[in-house]
Amino acid sequence: MSSFHWVQIPYALLTLFIVLNYGLIMTAVVQKIAARVGGRHGIPFWQNYIDLVKNFAQRSKITHGVMFYLGPVFRLAGGVGLLLFVPTIYGSTWAQNFSFAGDLVLALYFVFFGTLGMALGAGESGHPHAAIGVSRGLAQVTMAELPLALAVYAIAVQYHTLNITEIVAAQQGGLFHWTLFTNPLATVAAMFAFVGTMMRPPFDVVLAPQEIPIGPPTEYHSAYLALMQTNRAIFPVAKTVIYMNLFFGGASSWGEFAIKVFALYMVSAFIGVVHPRFRVEQSIRFFMKWGVPVGVLAILMV
Amino acid sequence: MKDIDETFRKIDATVPLREELRPRTVTTPDGQEITIEPLKDYFCEAAPKVHPKAYFQIVENFYNWARSNSLWILGFGTGCGAIEMRPLMTPRFDAYRYGVQWRPTPRQANLLIISGYLSVKTLKRAIRAYEQMQGPKYVIGLGSCTINGGMYWDSYNTIKRLDDYLPVDLYIAGCMPRPEALLHGFIELKKLIRAGKAEGTNRYAENFASYKAAQKSVIKDWDMPDYNW
Repeated sequence: MSSFHWVQIPYALLTLFIVLNYGLIMTAVVQKIAARVGGRHGIPFWQNYIDLVKNFAQRSKITHGVMFYLGPVFRLAGGVGLLLFVPTIYGSTWAQNFSFAGDLVLALYFVFFGTLGMALGAGESGHPHAAIGVSRGLAQVTMAELPLALAVYAIAVQYHTLNITEIVAAQQGGLFHWTLFTNPLATVAAMFAFVGTMMRPPFDVVLAPQEIPIGPPTEYHSAYLALMQTNRAIFPVAKTVIYMNLFFGGASSWGEFAIKVFALYMVSAFIGVVHPRFRVEQSIRFFMKWGVPVGVLAILMV
Repeated sequence: MKDIDETFRKIDATVPLREELRPRTVTTPDGQEITIEPLKDYFCEAAPKVHPKAYFQIVENFYNWARSNSLWILGFGTGCGAIEMRPLMTPRFDAYRYGVQWRPTPRQANLLIISGYLSVKTLKRAIRAYEQMQGPKYVIGLGSCTINGGMYWDSYNTIKRLDDYLPVDLYIAGCMPRPEALLHGFIELKKLIRAGKAEGTNRYAENFASYKAAQKSVIKDWDMPDYNW
């Protein structure tokens, strides 16, 4: 697995293609479920594809500078990079992507990469709402990642490895081998981070459509927005794949992958529909009070 | 048909530029002397360009199909018609199933609904919102006020024909049209877009000078650049 073969590149692109389509359809289906909760029909499940084509087909676009161009590119690179360095399907020969011995550390970095790129790009757009959104986003995501980092230390100590494939391998052999049961505290700490970084209601003050319309992407339009929409489909799935691999036994087939990612995504969606929005200082305090102590406990327990 | 009150139109006393928009020299905290010109520094003054269609007709048709099924409305309400747009988000009318969505920023929207009468003051904001949208963009005039002034026919400060100031693709008549009429309007607009007839963006760019002249004839305190993206 450590040696590189050229065939890995088309394999990784195929994984990317599957995840992109899965992400586009899944986010639309989740929106449709939310609409059904409200008694509406909601968007058709292929709406994301049409929006994507429409945004690429817009004829005019303007720029605010080089970083404005690069913002969405970085964001997409964060999503794609995250996916490419994480083994998507356990035991599959072709969906391993470019995972290697220390991929967990790299994944932690890539989770944050897009946010940083977006901060630079949105900052250059010069719109005050973008600047407000970015400062909120950086504060909140940094804080929300802390429980995840602690949980990752905990399971790195538990499994004596930083290789995601080995962590998944250690969880095989039934439900009760999952980290969820062998190290529930780490899982809980990580789920704080999961809900906190999915940009769904209790923690969506970054976008806050009714308040600072709509935060960092305020100035983004046309093809820039299309790139960000693509990332919006890939990134949550890629992030969920990491959580699935670390805490929920990974997936050994695409069917298991689809079900587990959807279920995990719905956790944040469910929490989202029943909770009002936190302000930034409230969410930071929330993570300090609940997320971080659980993470520290998880490390101490191992 | 005469638009706006002729006596109002004839006023040609120039309104002085607001204090904060005048060019001036300021001293920066580190002692540098710089000249700032707010109208030039903050905005782009490049006029809009006519954007050609896709080279192959089949590609353009595909794009038009996508555009027609993804109408993003700028959530900008003028006049009483704004209250007729809100029910479209509710279970009773649910415009989302037709690919209609609301966007909070003009950059991402491609459909501007002028929902009722436009006072001269609001026209200024509507023009700025329209110009910040990226093409192809569409304008719907909702209610009779946008067609001929409606009940504001002899108002001194309300425009009568929206089409003189912004390129309107579709009017929805009525006072007020019900949300069903709006839904029907969306479906008609989709037909126009698919037929390639909703080219208001290019019409605006082609006749830019005459649109600007019409806008400036009613907006007396024109305190913005001629084109702000």
